[in-house]
Amino acid sequence: MNIVVCVKQVPDTSDPDTEVHIDGTGRGVDQSKFSFVINDADNYAVEEAILLKEKHGGEVTVVNIGPEAANQVIRMALAKGGDAAIRLDDEKFAFSDVLATARLLQSAVKDGGFDLIMAGCLASDDGYGAVGVTLAQLLGLPHAAMVKTVEVIDDKKLKVGRELEGGLLEMNEIEMPCVLTIQTGGNEPRYASFKGIREASKKEIKVMDLGATGLAEDQVGEAGSCAIMAQYSVPEVGELAEILEGDPGTTSARLAEILKEKGLV
Amino acid sequence: MGDILVLAEHRQGELREVTLELLTLAGQLGGNVVALLLGSGVDDFAGKIAGYADKVLVVDDPMFANFNGMAYQAALAEIIKSEKPGLVLIGNTGQGMDVIGALAVELGLPFTTDAVAVKMEGDKPEVTRQYYGGKIDGTIDFKDADTYIVGMREAAIPAGEGGKSGEVAKIDNPVTSEITARKFLEYVEAAIGDVDITQSTLLVSVGRGIREDKNMPMMEELAGLMGADISGSRAVVDAGWLPTDRQVGISGKTVKPKLYLALGISGAFQHVTGMKGSDLVVAINKDPDAPIFQYADYGIVDDLLKVVPALIDKLKEMKG
Repeated sequence: MNIVVCVKQVPDTSDPDTEVHIDGTGRGVDQSKFSFVINDADNYAVEEAILLKEKHGGEVTVVNIGPEAANQVIRMALAKGGDAAIRLDDEKFAFSDVLATARLLQSAVKDGGFDLIMAGCLASDDGYGAVGVTLAQLLGLPHAAMVKTVEVIDDKKLKVGRELEGGLLEMNEIEMPCVLTIQTGGNEPRYASFKGIREASKKEIKVMDLGATGLAEDQVGEAGSCAIMAQYSVPEVGELAEILEGDPGTTSARLAEILKEKGLV
Repeated sequence: MGDILVLAEHRQGELREVTLELLTLAGQLGGNVVALLLGSGVDDFAGKIAGYADKVLVVDDPMFANFNGMAYQAALAEIIKSEKPGLVLIGNTGQGMDVIGALAVELGLPFTTDAVAVKMEGDKPEVTRQYYGGKIDGTIDFKDADTYIVGMREAAIPAGEGGKSGEVAKIDNPVTSEITARKFLEYVEAAIGDVDITQSTLLVSVGRGIREDKNMPMMEELAGLMGADISGSRAVVDAGWLPTDRQVGISGKTVKPKLYLALGISGAFQHVTGMKGSDLVVAINKDPDAPIFQYADYGIVDDLLKVVPALIDKLKEMKG
């Protein structure tokens, strides 16, 4: 089974020290203090791809849109068991929306004869949760979104569990080749081994610029987008909590009093 | 402006609340509200929806007894082509996210997802979305088109009372051949554990901020002293530190305890949706900008691994 897994490098917003500040253009954020990680859901997609490869054979190709610095997340996916990698990188790709992003991914995977294309179901930075499903339609392939469980029925079909609200799993049978967007929590993403990391450093990452994609300039970036983010703003914040000030001894004592006054302890 | 077409959402014999939220929003935007209900034996839903719409289109066909994203896409594509609405609203839910991008590409229409607010500027929707975990907002600029597709976040706006009485029109299923590439099989319910957190009076709820599995016993000690149950965020459940049935949020449980003590939970909307009905919310988080403080009554901006041990001591003292 030959599998593509799409990975995005995102700022680590789970880190409380990551502050997000809008830059002077109003269309970007100051990235100078960010630390970058693989998008959480993509990490689960990588693991799912490698588990399928280990069980059923084949190759895993890692695809990314990003600058050279994104090699870090690509190499980590290779170190865990990926075989080949493609990185799409051109300044003309900047400001691509969901559609233009999916078009770029399409250009990288359309001729690969892949059986299965996976991506995380949602990116933690922009949160559209739509690229995989959009890519499926561009490729003319069936799709299933928010997939938490993947089981191979035979060489033409998969049984997948889509996670819905409340944790309900909607089980579907889907024909391959197909596109799945992977939800977090369905597996346990492994850590790369030292041997894997060493080997990954020798693997080639194929870089595709606009010319290599075969796409026209007006199909990518802002020109190729149907719905771009035009202006960032600081959200209106509702009434904030009453903040208890002081050292842990003081704040915890005050909190204990409040809970007691309210009859909660 | 053109009609606003709203896709009704239902699951396991229940109309989902997001349907009424979307219809309420459509009513506020002005223009003719047309609801589309795809289902099998769904007269009850049609009646309820009619109270919020100027017209209800019903496709009653066994094909739609259960959700299939590809069948929904096929039906929506045909109906949008014939109805020519100016705006299509679909819930950005487990169902909607399985349809929107593919539908928009099939029709060549501009689209966006996970909108938290929509206004109309003439014939064009002006959409607000959130970025970087809700820390900043952004507005969407669409390419000009006759129809726009917007995925609207669940619970972003409250459902109103309706007040319309639209006609219900059954239409033929525009999807003439079975979808074979993907088939619905069955639903598998989430596992049920020893504690039902939807019934808990006091919850100590933990997030990624507890940093490591080995800090769980400290949280359990606190919960034990308070007589509280333990719940947590998706991150903690994904990491395997808590079982799935303790997860609070959209993909977990909706809880309404007397006290929700959020420890190291940032407050992503997926989480907040599941706990904002709590009577009293107290949040302890290192990040002063964490959205959880917008939903909390009291907050402590500090390292929970310092505050929790101190709180445990205080509670022990109080108990004598």
